[in-house]
Amino acid sequence: MLRYTEDHEWINLDGDTGAVGISPHAIEQLGDIVFVELPEAGTTVSKGDSVAVFESVKAASDIYSPASGEITEVNDALLDDLTSITPDRAHECWLFKIKVADAGELDEMMDEAAYSAMIT
Amino acid sequence: METRRTPLYDFHLANGARMVPFAGWDMPVQYADGIKAEHLATRDSAALFDVSHMAQVWLAGTDADTALEQLTPTDVGAIADGRVRYSMFLDDNGGVLDDLMIARLGGDLQLVVNAGRADHDIAHLRANLAGDVTMSIRDDRALLALQGPQAPQALRRLGVDLDGFFFMQIGHFTIDGIDCIITRSGYTGEDGFEISMPADKAVQLAERLCADEAVSLAGLGARDTLRLEAGLPLWGHELDETINPVTAGLRFALSKRRREAADFPGADAIMKDWNDGPARQLVGLLPQGGRPVRDGAELEIDGTIVGHVTSGGFAPSLDAPAALGFVDAALTSPGTEINALVRGREVPVFVAALPLVPHRYIRG
Repeated sequence: MLRYTEDHEWINLDGDTGAVGISPHAIEQLGDIVFVELPEAGTTVSKGDSVAVFESVKAASDIYSPASGEITEVNDALLDDLTSITPDRAHECWLFKIKVADAGELDEMMDEAAYSAMIT
Repeated sequence: METRRTPLYDFHLANGARMVPFAGWDMPVQYADGIKAEHLATRDSAALFDVSHMAQVWLAGTDADTALEQLTPTDVGAIADGRVRYSMFLDDNGGVLDDLMIARLGGDLQLVVNAGRADHDIAHLRANLAGDVTMSIRDDRALLALQGPQAPQALRRLGVDLDGFFFMQIGHFTIDGIDCIITRSGYTGEDGFEISMPADKAVQLAERLCADEAVSLAGLGARDTLRLEAGLPLWGHELDETINPVTAGLRFALSKRRREAADFPGADAIMKDWNDGPARQLVGLLPQGGRPVRDGAELEIDGTIVGHVTSGGFAPSLDAPAALGFVDAALTSPGTEINALVRGREVPVFVAALPLVPHRYIRG
């Protein structure tokens, strides 16, 4: 189940664990990505917490957790080549996986169609 | 507030620009290739920037030199015809109200001032110009910057004769039938030109220049990363009313005759720093570990604040983060290690000499 936040994160829930990334639109808006900070596995976070940072040439952008829970896995391989983070690969470029404490938090989030409508 | 558009607004959109508000203008921050690619194209070949948002102010009259000397530390009278000087408007404490270019062409003085300070500067001039001086705001003219090592060849291919025309000179030229006023100057650290022309000819000239395969378009994003690497100050960051030219490393902009006479605004404070050395000084900063350090970050050693960052981001030519900032005078030696405080973290930065990327001006 794929859901989006108003801050352009996506979460793809599989069972009780969701992979989290940022949308193609967000990657395009960032421009050249020059530094990424990811969270540490084992961290417990609340929905809306700043959990990662994307730095472009011009600015630093916070990435917020779309759900509450425990971060179980972090995609450190992403940091090897930041130029691989492109809009067309947005859904392969997951940042971390989170064991979601309350799947009900996702109910109020946007599906693909609602998110597409928001950004156009 | 409604943003203003340069004569190239539609041209930018047609060329895939992302427009942003800047200093009251709608300006291209980047085109489709992005800031890094535009930056590197400028260093490797040549790029065209629309800088029509900067104000072109011309002064005529027998008292123009004297009037401008009341406001700046420049020996205006010594600027020969066809020459350009970097200067600044100073306040009575020696703070910098704005920086500007002063050129003399055909007897008149031609000034270019920052877009964000244009209203201030024009009011400042109007309030202080005395005697036989006429000021004209040339908003009927556009300004393009062609920057990079291939810039001279691109102009030569359009029939421009650059023999004897070097860094910080100004002259009349004809390009594609358009009467242009060109200075060999810029804000990138590269060889290059700033081309002033009638506003209604700007699109024609931009299209003609971009038709050259060595020339691509670059936006304000690349302009900022280029000037950062070149160590060139931006008003509001490395310069403002609280910073004097010596602190900002701009001793060269204080003319010898004016220093000896100490007859410019803020001369007492500025000459004290000139003689004794300033308490803080502008330096380059190279953050370690890949994380950019940005404007406003504090610099510290062992818990003591020793300076702050004024501009920072990513330097494409260094393929690493870079910044400018002020540090205590004892810490200005290249290689000095300081910590920048970024989001509660300590990021180690090394002090570096300016410019971070060598200037490549072509001097006569």
